[in-house]
Amino acid sequence: MHIDEETVERHVLAVLVDNEAGILARIAGMFTARGYNIDSLTVADISEDHAVSRITIATNGPPHVIEQIIAQLERLVPVHSVRDLTESGPHVQRELALVKVAGKGEHRIEAMRLADIYRARVVDATTESFVFEITGAPEKIETFVGLMREVGLVEVGRTGVVAIGRGPETA
Amino acid sequence: MAEKSGADILVETLLDLGVDTVFGYPGGAVLPIYDALYEHPKIKHILVRHEQAATHAAEGYARSTGKPGVVLVTSGPGATNAVTGITDALMDSIPMVVITGQVATNLIGTDAFQEADTVGITRHCTKHNYLVKKPSDLAQVVQEAFHIATQGRPGPVVIDIPKNVQVAAAEFSSNAARANTRYQPQTEGDFKAINAAAEMIMNAQAPVLYTGGGIINSGPKASETLRELAELMGCPVTSTLMGLGSFPATSDKWLGMLGMHGTFEANMAMNKADLVVCLGARFDDRITGRIDAFSPNSKKIHVDIDRSSINKTIRVDLPIIGDVGRVMEQLLAVMKGRRFTTPGYDEWWSRIKGWRATNCLEYPEDKEEIMPQEAIRRLWQATHEREPIITTEVGQHQMWAAQHFDFESPNKWLTSGGLGTMGYGLPAAIGAQLGNPDALVIDIAGEASIQMNIQELGTATQYRLPVKIFILNNEYMGMVRQWQELTYESRYSNSYSDSLPDFVKLAESYDWTGIRIEDPADLDAGIQKMIETDGPVLVDCRVAKLANCFPMIPSGAAHTEMLLTEADVRGTMDDQAKALV
Ligand SMILES: Cc1ncc(C[n+]2csc(CCOP(=O)(O)OP(=O)(O)O)c2C)c(N)n1
Ligand SMILES: [Mg+2]
Repeated sequence: MHIDEETVERHVLAVLVDNEAGILARIAGMFTARGYNIDSLTVADISEDHAVSRITIATNGPPHVIEQIIAQLERLVPVHSVRDLTESGPHVQRELALVKVAGKGEHRIEAMRLADIYRARVVDATTESFVFEITGAPEKIETFVGLMREVGLVEVGRTGVVAIGRGPETA
Repeated sequence: MAEKSGADILVETLLDLGVDTVFGYPGGAVLPIYDALYEHPKIKHILVRHEQAATHAAEGYARSTGKPGVVLVTSGPGATNAVTGITDALMDSIPMVVITGQVATNLIGTDAFQEADTVGITRHCTKHNYLVKKPSDLAQVVQEAFHIATQGRPGPVVIDIPKNVQVAAAEFSSNAARANTRYQPQTEGDFKAINAAAEMIMNAQAPVLYTGGGIINSGPKASETLRELAELMGCPVTSTLMGLGSFPATSDKWLGMLGMHGTFEANMAMNKADLVVCLGARFDDRITGRIDAFSPNSKKIHVDIDRSSINKTIRVDLPIIGDVGRVMEQLLAVMKGRRFTTPGYDEWWSRIKGWRATNCLEYPEDKEEIMPQEAIRRLWQATHEREPIITTEVGQHQMWAAQHFDFESPNKWLTSGGLGTMGYGLPAAIGAQLGNPDALVIDIAGEASIQMNIQELGTATQYRLPVKIFILNNEYMGMVRQWQELTYESRYSNSYSDSLPDFVKLAESYDWTGIRIEDPADLDAGIQKMIETDGPVLVDCRVAKLANCFPMIPSGAAHTEMLLTEADVRGTMDDQAKALV
């Protein structure tokens, strides 16, 4: 017997929640308990009175699973709203990465040149290393990190995706 | 405002909320609350013998009265013992508030004595849960917990209260304004959707109403409305295990239960219908059988208060979010407004008549042995006029009870459907009896299941609860044995109930009356004696050991591939089927 697999789509969800203890565990745990995927998850307090947090979740799954994920999120008591940014039209996705490359000579020069093309900023430098800061859509970060692997990447830290819809409407 | 201890605030808030009964078990981390209860005799505390039983008793109380069940247990093992019943309540949408003690806030995270991460452990088996860190938060949290447990799709809510929060004081005034909670589920159905539903109903030639536990949860009025809707539509009605009683079994519209052990006519009607109206049910795998073969030619309307139930397993044509009782009223109003009268569906009913003629619930007669189905039927005959509350354990006896005990009204049938928890029936009967002191309450049990919470015999004795236990003793975990016959060529791996106690003596040792019935000729007299005996009675009814429960749709089969009798059993299955529960 074999287990069938289905084709998946990537969706970015903006979830507004009560800023209370355990909320992250509740959300992340719901994903694991029901077998859903999390590609990235970011959370930060966003309201003036610190009562509401915004969680951005990048997930993937077949369309009917995405629909379930949204419904399951909405029924959690501390969740105020869920917006599927991928469904609801044009939106901006951004991620920040800190990328450390180490080495001397040719590689060092090449790293610097690529960083320039990708508009990455140098935020630390020694004679043997650089730390670059890069912001952009996740695909851009992905390519940049891939290139850096070839020129001495030793460490990388990424924030995960935050996203927001274009235009005056809010999540 | 006067200052009060957290424990007092808790108890007074419970009183404000109208709580009259709490099922619980004491321990170090709840001693302050127990001391507060000592001063408040208006709340009746029922001391169970195991915390799991407290949760099932609360479920039984809730399901039979419509009020939320309340549980109080200590930290660590008290809380972990309660987890099964909490999960059971989540699966069956039972309103319940569970108060757990916790070690003092300064000890949390230190692996203190009887510390368990109760909020972590129960996060995914509750509708919501709380850790209360200040006594000043208690009143609001408790009010909110009751609101959440009872509104929308009901479910269990856990409130974890550290011991120092129970002892410390905060300002409190009784009857303060209700907690302001954002949680306000939609109860009214969308008007456009209701109209669309009426349209679909008017165009149907072969409609069926598929009802579930949501109708019971909506309250007794929803059962009345369902009757009216079925009458107006003139169409057949079937129900899930959880919905039994919402529609009277004596009605000519009643098809019986559907699903794995449902009737031939109910499952065939679902399969051949051109319109399925799902009212407060959730297309569970025990109902649908093989998904791609489920009701293939029908349009589907799904009324549910929980949006996540929509399109979860079966895609529907028209979802309506709302309280099923309210939505049925709205639908009736629209249909009456359009002067709908039933077209009679003659052709549809004549097909149903054909399916009914299979007499799928018939069972072989036996003069030597008591047939379990016969025992249930006789129990029904002897008791139905008293409208008893029936609870069950889990197994064949549960399915036979669902098939052969007919219900006329809601809140009389308490069973563990979603989780299928053996050991549910006796504590649930205790809870039901407390909520309905004058009712005849009977736990229809199996000899294996009853042993899972047998210690509760003592609870019934202590509170003089006249519950009856009717064990269909087949000396097997019959349902397991049946699956082994279906799937594993009758290799009975660990399904024999060896070393059984003498149930009559066991009952007597708890000051119960014990009755044994062995001969079919003694069945009626034994049942009569059980009913007429004051106080709690346990009946050990010895039944045919190898009887099996039919009809049956094996997991992963279509509704049309039903096993009607033993003759249809092949004895093995392919891996695909073996992998399904
Ligand atoms: C707590 C728990 N453990 C295991 C099971 C699996 N199970 C389902 S039915 C059953 C056998 C029940 O035997 P019995 O109570 O004698 O009922 P019968 O089927 O014989 O009527 C078992 C073990 C369960 N449902 N619940
Ligand atoms: Mg048995």
